Amino acid sequence: MAEVVAKKREARAKIRDAGGHEVAMLKVQGLKRYFDVSAPWLNRVIERQPKQILRAVDGIDFEIGQGETFGLVGESGCGKSTVARLIVGLYGPTEGSIELEGRDIAGLSRQEMAPMRRRLQMIFQDPYASLNPRWRVRDIIAEPIRAFGLADGQAAIDARVGELLETVKLTARDGEKYPHEFSGGQRQRISIARALASEPEFLVCDEPTSALDVSVQAQILNLMKDLQREFGLTYLFISHNLAVVYHISDRVGVMYLGKLVEVAPAKTLFTTPRHPYTRLLLDTIPDLDMTGRERMPVAGEVPNPITPPPGCTFHPRCPFANERCRTEIPKARPLGDGAIVACHGIEEGRIPDGALLEPPAKPEGLA
Amino acid sequence: MPLLEVENLVVEFPTRRGTLTAVNDISLHIDEGEVLGVVGESGAGKSMTGAAIIGLLEPPGRVASGKIVLEGERIDNLPYEKMRRIRGKKIGAIFQDPLTSLNPLYSVGRQLVETIQTHTDMTPTQARERAIDLLREVGIPAPERRIDQYPHQFSGGMRQRVVIALALCVNPRLIIADEPTTALDVSIQAQIIALLKRLCREHGTAVMLVTHDMGVIAETADRVAVMYAGRIAEIGPVREVIKNAKHPYTHGLMGSIPSIGHDNERLEQIPGAMPRLTDIPQGCAFNPRCPHTFDKCRTVRPDLLPVEDSWTACWLYDGEDGRSIEASKKLVAETKADALLEKNDG
Repeated sequence: MAEVVAKKREARAKIRDAGGHEVAMLKVQGLKRYFDVSAPWLNRVIERQPKQILRAVDGIDFEIGQGETFGLVGESGCGKSTVARLIVGLYGPTEGSIELEGRDIAGLSRQEMAPMRRRLQMIFQDPYASLNPRWRVRDIIAEPIRAFGLADGQAAIDARVGELLETVKLTARDGEKYPHEFSGGQRQRISIARALASEPEFLVCDEPTSALDVSVQAQILNLMKDLQREFGLTYLFISHNLAVVYHISDRVGVMYLGKLVEVAPAKTLFTTPRHPYTRLLLDTIPDLDMTGRERMPVAGEVPNPITPPPGCTFHPRCPFANERCRTEIPKARPLGDGAIVACHGIEEGRIPDGALLEPPAKPEGLA
Repeated sequence: MPLLEVENLVVEFPTRRGTLTAVNDISLHIDEGEVLGVVGESGAGKSMTGAAIIGLLEPPGRVASGKIVLEGERIDNLPYEKMRRIRGKKIGAIFQDPLTSLNPLYSVGRQLVETIQTHTDMTPTQARERAIDLLREVGIPAPERRIDQYPHQFSGGMRQRVVIALALCVNPRLIIADEPTTALDVSIQAQIIALLKRLCREHGTAVMLVTHDMGVIAETADRVAVMYAGRIAEIGPVREVIKNAKHPYTHGLMGSIPSIGHDNERLEQIPGAMPRLTDIPQGCAFNPRCPHTFDKCRTVRPDLLPVEDSWTACWLYDGEDGRSIEASKKLVAETKADALLEKNDG
């Protein structure tokens, strides 16, 4: 196993573009996904309603380097899971490109996509829903091995399944059991084993620990970090839990209403958050150190994504918003220390630095 | 006299394969105006404790023994109708999912007015006034207009506010809040926590806050009970339990929470998982996962012992064999639960 990994790593190190730069594992450019959520045609005609388009992902760009963990945070409905599904090909993009090691996989046909799928696997949030209850665990894990023809003969497949189960700290004997015989944490281990079965390089993890208890979450996070080191995996890690994202990520992107508002190395993002929304999110984290800090409960909620506010979509909740924010959509701009921020206020330098958002006078009707 | 006293409560579920004990002999009290956090992982029995107190255990679950006393009156053996009067009037409830605790077919106002009229003799007009006031108090903008809307017209955070308003209808003495923020986004969670805190302060209502989130407890509770496999492992003032954990389980639990600003490559992890109710180990239920287990832990069940300012159910602190509290605390604080993992692996 170790030799295979070493060989793979060697092969991957050679993937460079013409200029000799290392090619990013994943490069997403101008990615958009719109959903048509209109009423049925007849209703629309009778009730004279226009078409309704939900912009779940509305033009985002980011890169994930090889062996890196990229965290994606945001509140429900911000489009982070849609991004995950776009990348693994469960949805086709409305616009934009998704490059896996320099090759665009966005518009590929089913057949062309098939060999790419081996390199790209996904771990889902709910380990109760993502494992077929009527299959034995060994069949669940063997499915990708069979589908991609990665082992010949039953004996070889069984050996590989046993090996995978041991990789995720279960025993080869567990393969005989059914999913219901396992606890949530163990099921998530099975999901990870299944994802690893096709020897992928890139794992998309959509809230992999959100359904788990904290002590079990710690086990899974540690396991994921170990596996990353062992197999040189690249992760896209999606979560609404900021502490978890801080713990596991090298770089973090913050999403709000289908847009990336800030991308920065994890340390930078959590020590010097720039975008007001990032500051708002950081301010909501319950304070385990019990400093007794009075926090400002943030006003307002995420607006309806079908009719997002004009200009910067965050302006109705932002204490620093001015006329420009209400009309002009901010562009993402790099700030020099690796951070990329889409905010007029930051660009103009009128938002003071500081870890936390100072409570400003709240406008009426937002409380 | 404490507002609520729970003594030796046992909640059982008779099943075809024998009786399961979801809550096993726990005692706690809540003072007036106090927030008691009850924290634990799924299956620890924390929700069952809450449900037993408000008398909403789902059959076949039942209170097998023990006493629940509210303001000097025993409420665990009341007939259904009498308990229904107390529920809502003296004890309010807030549940995890605000959508399922509201009736989708009635307007929010009708549900509030109904609750108010059940417990008071207000006229419909007065009750409606009161409902509007309540909605305003929980921070719903334009309550005069919103009161006639239906639950689906509210967002998740606003719906949870309506549920809180419902719980507050007749100024109960105690609110049982079972995971009130778990279904909400982080920014909304912060709003709801702040709201709960403010309302308790203003009305002097006591709250039993059941959650799995230590962060929420740290922000909100005065005292906290840590539950494990149907028993209380540790109970005491929140700062004492979080910052100065005595029980190895509490200590491991705190270590397994990732937190911002603490750069550790690995999280401390407690090996294994909480036992199922069908096979709770003999002795201390935590012993198979505990790095400090010795013979007594495997055979005798520990009860809560006073240790410094909190109470802990752990044999490390019973003072036998010349163990001093200081030494035991140091042992727990310095041994990572991982040690057991490594021991087993090696």
